[in-house]
Amino acid sequence: MSADVETAGPQFHPMEQFTVEPLFGGHAINWYTPTNVTLWMGFAVLAIILLLVIGTRRRAIIPNRTQSVAELAYGFVYSMVEDVAGKDGLKYFPYIMTLFIFIVFSNFLGLIPMSFSTTSHIAVTVIMALAVFISVTAIGFYKHGIGFLGLFWVSSAPLALRPVLAVIEVISYFVRPVSHSIRLAGNVMAGHAVIEVFAVFVGMSLFIAPLALVGIVGMFAMDVLVAFIQAYVFTILTCVYLKDALHPAH
Amino acid sequence: MEGDIVEMGKFIGAGLATIGMGGAAIGVGSIVGNFLSGALRNPSAAGGQTAMLFIGIAFAEAFGIFSFLVALLLMFAV
Repeated sequence: MSADVETAGPQFHPMEQFTVEPLFGGHAINWYTPTNVTLWMGFAVLAIILLLVIGTRRRAIIPNRTQSVAELAYGFVYSMVEDVAGKDGLKYFPYIMTLFIFIVFSNFLGLIPMSFSTTSHIAVTVIMALAVFISVTAIGFYKHGIGFLGLFWVSSAPLALRPVLAVIEVISYFVRPVSHSIRLAGNVMAGHAVIEVFAVFVGMSLFIAPLALVGIVGMFAMDVLVAFIQAYVFTILTCVYLKDALHPAH
Repeated sequence: MEGDIVEMGKFIGAGLATIGMGGAAIGVGSIVGNFLSGALRNPSAAGGQTAMLFIGIAFAEAFGIFSFLVALLLMFAV
């Protein structure tokens, strides 16, 4: 009975677009196999090099269009680091700039139809989040030694409450890389999956098609917004964590 | 049909898990609404606080994303 229901209804495969496949045939994926993830990450790196290295090569006083975009991106991240992490956070600006530019380019390249969005994979984002988490913790202990643990000891709270708060603070500290990575991957993945579902609705019947098409356009517009906002949020949370490491006292 | 009860439980669980995303929606709405009501009272101070707005949204959203993750795990991993 379930068989004829399946053949009659539309075929939903919204998660199929996220499958990792080897580029040159075969099914075995080892660490050295070039896959579509490798390809689109390579495109992202290529685009970044085109914009930030080739685009600013002339170093004109009056910048042309490409150079102004590159300068705009640089200034945007620079002021963000300065505002949130403070003046002494500027030492880590190159790392944060790298994160932001890479995520922005991966997100926007993933919006091209039939492309592959690398940031929709938790495996990709978790590496970035863990790198931030480990380096921030290392910076905290390097700068403040054992005093970094003062981050968990809320000295403004009543004494009786402090052990309870310390437990909560420790848990929330270790949840950071989880939420940091899943927020990015989840948002990108959900956006792409919703577009795919709406695309199935378009092919379903003539009456629903116009409505679903409008839905696709709307969802795509929101995805463009989300692609930028999630990169911004990832970067600004990195700055917040960095600020916590540089000034751990509550 | 035998053994489908596990499948059914998965789908029901995934559907129930997505209810949690409503909580995140309430949280984000509350943050943005309060930001707007504050920003309209003192528009000159609003510009400097957009970073705080996005940090607040990100923290509120995290728990909605967790419930989304639970739903995904139930659908594809369990």
